[in-house]
Amino acid sequence: MTQDEGSRRPDAVEDAPTADRPTGEVGAPDQQPPSTSNALREALQSMMSSSVLVTVGAVVLALVIGSVLILVGDTAVQSTLGYLFQRPGDFFREAGRAISDSYVALFQGAIYDSEATTAERRVRPLTETLTIAVPLIFAGLGIGLTFRVGLFNIGGQSQLVLGAILGAWVGFALDMPPVVHIVVVLFAAALGGAIAGAIPGVLKARFGAHEVITTIMLNNTSRYFLLWVLGTGAFLSATPQVSPGLAETARLPLLLGGSFRLHLGFVLVLLTAFAVWWLMERSVLGFQMRAVGVNPEAARTAGMSVRKITVLAMALAGTLCGLAGAMQVAGTEGRLTGSVYGSIGFDAITVALLGRSRPLGTVLAGILFGALAAGGRIMSSRAGTEAELVTVLQAVIVLLIAAPPLVRSVFRLPAPGGPRTRAKEVAA
Amino acid sequence: MSADTSTAVTTPTAVAPGFNRALVGYAVIAAAALALALTVPSGISKIQLTTGPEAIKIPLLELPAALAVGVPVIAAAVVAIAALVQQLRTKASAPRWMAIVAGSLLLLGFLAHLVAGKDGVLPLTSLLTSTLFLATPLIFGALGGVVCERVGIVNIAIEGQLLAGAFAGAVVASIASQNPYVGLIAAPVAGVGVGALLAWFSIRYRVDQVITGVVLNVLVLGLTTFFFKGLLSDLEGLNDRARLPVLPIPLLSELPVIGPVLFRQNLLVYLLYAIVIALQIYLFRSRWGLRVRAVGEHPKAADTVGIDVNRTRWRNTLLGSAIAGLGGAFFTIGQGLAFGIDITAGSGFIALAALILGRWTPTGAVAAALFFGFANALSQSLRSYGVSLDSNIPLMIPYIVTLFAVAGFGGRVRPPAAEGVPYVK
Repeated sequence: MTQDEGSRRPDAVEDAPTADRPTGEVGAPDQQPPSTSNALREALQSMMSSSVLVTVGAVVLALVIGSVLILVGDTAVQSTLGYLFQRPGDFFREAGRAISDSYVALFQGAIYDSEATTAERRVRPLTETLTIAVPLIFAGLGIGLTFRVGLFNIGGQSQLVLGAILGAWVGFALDMPPVVHIVVVLFAAALGGAIAGAIPGVLKARFGAHEVITTIMLNNTSRYFLLWVLGTGAFLSATPQVSPGLAETARLPLLLGGSFRLHLGFVLVLLTAFAVWWLMERSVLGFQMRAVGVNPEAARTAGMSVRKITVLAMALAGTLCGLAGAMQVAGTEGRLTGSVYGSIGFDAITVALLGRSRPLGTVLAGILFGALAAGGRIMSSRAGTEAELVTVLQAVIVLLIAAPPLVRSVFRLPAPGGPRTRAKEVAA
Repeated sequence: MSADTSTAVTTPTAVAPGFNRALVGYAVIAAAALALALTVPSGISKIQLTTGPEAIKIPLLELPAALAVGVPVIAAAVVAIAALVQQLRTKASAPRWMAIVAGSLLLLGFLAHLVAGKDGVLPLTSLLTSTLFLATPLIFGALGGVVCERVGIVNIAIEGQLLAGAFAGAVVASIASQNPYVGLIAAPVAGVGVGALLAWFSIRYRVDQVITGVVLNVLVLGLTTFFFKGLLSDLEGLNDRARLPVLPIPLLSELPVIGPVLFRQNLLVYLLYAIVIALQIYLFRSRWGLRVRAVGEHPKAADTVGIDVNRTRWRNTLLGSAIAGLGGAFFTIGQGLAFGIDITAGSGFIALAALILGRWTPTGAVAAALFFGFANALSQSLRSYGVSLDSNIPLMIPYIVTLFAVAGFGGRVRPPAAEGVPYVK
């Protein structure tokens, strides 16, 4: 019973993004070849109703909601509210200033800082964006992979933490030659993540324990486990609750020299994204995983071992999340701390959702969230708008993207593909 | 409090799979009791039963460890073995009270064992008080979850509802010139706000309920932190401390041990008692409860007999969110604290665990939440007993226990059948 439940629910996860996909992607299998007279109209309609447009609409709506928050949080705007009816112009001027200041600062902090004095400082925001995106993409790839197998892996945090612990320990405790060391660190982190991922996988496959619950429990366990580990003798350093720094040989080399934080992880994550794409779309295992995600019963009937694939998918996802942990300890942080996981585990869920569980989408979504995070810091220092606005934006974007009919009704977009798919979407 | 659970939950189908596991459970209790009995250190155990205000006072108990540990532990073993024998002989599950009695006695022996031969005093009453204190928001959250999940809506957003309630409670109480009772009204309203979003997205737009819940948690954390940094810390009078006054119940509050633990509380905790009792009765003994459970188990059947499935889901989601939101107020006005960033710190997820461990019943959720609260209270006070154990280890226990429970050790855990599935007519 529990197993049925578990497999049915994540199907819906898949359904939501795929419901409006066929018309968005050219050459989707169930599309009739358009007759020449209608080709243009249909192409136009498919573009209007495509998921891309829904994504853009969701971002626009989120920015509108963000604007309201900026106004609420801005003291200058509040002061004009006192005499709104005497001089409404003041309010609108202040409101416009507050909103544009915030969003300009967000852009400056995320992409290109036009206010900076040197060329180096001008492009630094973009490199920061990419640096922040690296662990997000790694973990997002892992979580997206489980989505496609019909599993809802919320355990990115625990997998990241265990990966970070093992990776960091190998990084500071062992002495190895330069290239070998970082490779071993990455393997150790991947192994740690895989273990943390395999636990809920086995519990699900063997006992039917729902992975949402088990991964949430593992996340919370991992938090205290990390604090406990940091207090043990092997991880003691001069600073309490912080591990010794990783050896120079265990650090990921910087890509653009010492003044930028961007490290080799960015290249690794792009290669990994390609590897995940190949695995899911071109390999037998990927086919089996997708088959289990679409319909576990049918996959079982076709002779696939649903249990084995469940465990394997969770372990693979854990591997990717563990690598995200490696990016933290061997890339940006250089040591293990009690808060090394940040909010990456949960952000990665939204990254995977926004990227519709596809590797390319996840890379782009990760970069978008990296940009929002990097921009948020500058926004709070320059425009005085709190960086948490970005968290709200992320949440709103993902909520809206999960509900395409809502976005379409706001922007009066046509439903995808006319009555036939519309009926399907309602039934989904 | 959980004594009547057996009559309410145990259905003929649930007895059979739990039978063997109950045997294992009793065997484990008996074995643990004997292990404790055999390892009693020499010296005395100091147990403190009265803390001050109550009228009837009991002096500090200084018992030889052999007595303080041995008596409860051997009693626990006797009860457990009796249950084991009875279950094997009659081929039916032993009554639930035997498990509760054996477990409590074992716990008492364990505590006496902890402080045996050490300088530290075991403050039993204050340990129980802080257990209830730490469990209160968990119970609220878990009850809110029960009301939602019984009707087929997965409520991962408990954390967000608690946080919204904590925020609204603190801010509204401050604005209403620090009147905590006004905050007590605002907190459930904030919870309902989060619940309305959950219902809107998951019922109206059929977005996956887990996704909605996870994202709503992020949204509420983002919003409350944004307003905390942007408004509450800039402007005066928005985030002052207000505290619900303690209302001791005459006579009852003067009893030793249970007086200060149960009857020297604020209105919020008394409300909690009422909600627990009302929910347990209404969910299993009323027409409303039958309808709610029908919608959660088999919405199609419920629809066939004329129950409006989605309306019932809407109502219950809002009601459950209100209860969770009310619980959020405990973090701020219930404790006399101002709002702080992420003040709930993951309590919603422990509440979720309590709800599952309590098998989607109000009394079960209460028992599980009390257990989690106890583990937490114990971990906070271990050091003062002179026990050198890293405080992070007991904090992991609730989650690991839930992990095992969900995996099916110690009884089958079955959610409402239609949970998470949108209903389409």
